[in-house]
Amino acid sequence: MPATDNNLVRIRDLHFSRGHSEIFNGIDIDIPKGKITAIMGPSGTGKTTLLKLIGGQLKPQQGTIHFHGENIPAMKTKKLYEVRKKMGMLFQSGALLTDMTVFDNIAFPLREHTDLPEVMIRDLVLMKLQAVGLRGARDLNPSQLSGGMARRVAFARAIALDPEMVMFDEPFTGQDPISMGVLVQLIRSMNKALELTSVIVSHDIEETMLIADKVYVISQGKIVGHGSPDEMSRSTSPWISQFVHGEADGPVPFHYQAPSYKEDLLAGEYID
Amino acid sequence: MFDWFAQIGKSAIDFFARLGGEVLLFLQTVKAFTVIIFRPALIVQQLFSIGVRSMLIIIVSGFFVGMVLGLQGYNTLIDFGAEESLGVMVALSLVRELGPVVTALLYAGRAGSALTAEIGLMKATEQLSGLEMMAVNPVERILAPRLFAGIISMPLLAAMFSAVGVFGGYLVGVDLLGVDTGAYWSQMQARVDFDQDIIQGVIKSVVFGVVTTWIAVYEGYTCLPTSEGVSRSTTRTVVYSALAVLGLDFLLTALML
Repeated sequence: MPATDNNLVRIRDLHFSRGHSEIFNGIDIDIPKGKITAIMGPSGTGKTTLLKLIGGQLKPQQGTIHFHGENIPAMKTKKLYEVRKKMGMLFQSGALLTDMTVFDNIAFPLREHTDLPEVMIRDLVLMKLQAVGLRGARDLNPSQLSGGMARRVAFARAIALDPEMVMFDEPFTGQDPISMGVLVQLIRSMNKALELTSVIVSHDIEETMLIADKVYVISQGKIVGHGSPDEMSRSTSPWISQFVHGEADGPVPFHYQAPSYKEDLLAGEYID
Repeated sequence: MFDWFAQIGKSAIDFFARLGGEVLLFLQTVKAFTVIIFRPALIVQQLFSIGVRSMLIIIVSGFFVGMVLGLQGYNTLIDFGAEESLGVMVALSLVRELGPVVTALLYAGRAGSALTAEIGLMKATEQLSGLEMMAVNPVERILAPRLFAGIISMPLLAAMFSAVGVFGGYLVGVDLLGVDTGAYWSQMQARVDFDQDIIQGVIKSVVFGVVTTWIAVYEGYTCLPTSEGVSRSTTRTVVYSALAVLGLDFLLTALML
């Protein structure tokens, strides 16, 4: 891999299948340093799976995922855990530890991985909480938070160890317009302020297009297009245009695979 | 034509793959024993929720089992004029058999099911995945402290069960039915052998502790991340633990007698 490469993550010829269903069939993705890269596609195209592959939680059947020039699937467990300290991940559900307060959740990675004195941990946690606007919510339990707040806490936790890259799994799904706006703003400003590399997996086109520098569209195990948000919205490819403009029918069919409608209805006549 | 043949092969491979996975996970968890030395706080926390919180049910059950032993034993022994031996009978039944076995069954129902449900829910709500992505190994952080706390708790709970049971037997036998106090205690002291009886009971309770806690932890860690998956795993924990405890009890008794 050339040293001049400006990509933090480089995925080549990735194949992944679960049982008999093929999820990725040879995809190539480059995630540039310091930029926001969006990976979009209809539900069920394995976008979350892709993040788990990058994080090393799943192993591909074939292909390479280079992070800082090192192949993640080939790493030993110990090395993998070292590398994960440089990644943050924001789960769709937030994945906050339910037996701890907001404060302790954010302090958790710091307490696990550093020997910092409690005074300093307190300062760091308060700084992260201030950044996401929830310093006042530090004593709440995760069950007392709204969905949007939980995601902001999870964001604060994901950046607790000052990672180089943060992966967002559907950060906008199920949010009201205000918290959606807050999240969009946060992702953009944090990316700039902390010089983060962000990867957003989403099917919320409008919001994602607004902040992404680069967009990949996945469908049926393949990359059907990539480029800047502008290029994507102007694209004439039927795949991309169906997805970007939200058309019900197109290359991704409206109907789930089924025998012909006529035959199916007529088959009923033979039932007593 | 060879379909059934392939099917057998597939089942066999699946079975051994699963068995291998279980053994590997167990070894990984055991390898993390250093947690006892370096993170005692984690163990103490689990000792509280696994051990201390199970004490009430163990003590109450032990008391009743001891009282029943007192009643039944007295009624049988008096036919032979041997009611003075009631203390020995109660103590031996408890220390050698009922203490470890009943404690393990109650422990599986009280603490094992809770462990499975807790870990299973952590899995269903992506908390385990979240730990992995925070570079915290859930095997070391979640499974190991629970397993070791369980292994430490079980023999202690079994000992409490037996001790309270002996007292329950005393209450019924001596206070209620009139067996001589001196005979109750002195015969017990003379006939219960430390190496033979007590150690056997302790070995059993340690083995049951390892097995029941491991089943609970494993079922939680490998459950399907849905509400149905968690409920099934919790049921399996109790059923498998009960079967394993009763089966192993026979095996251990046969080996140690």
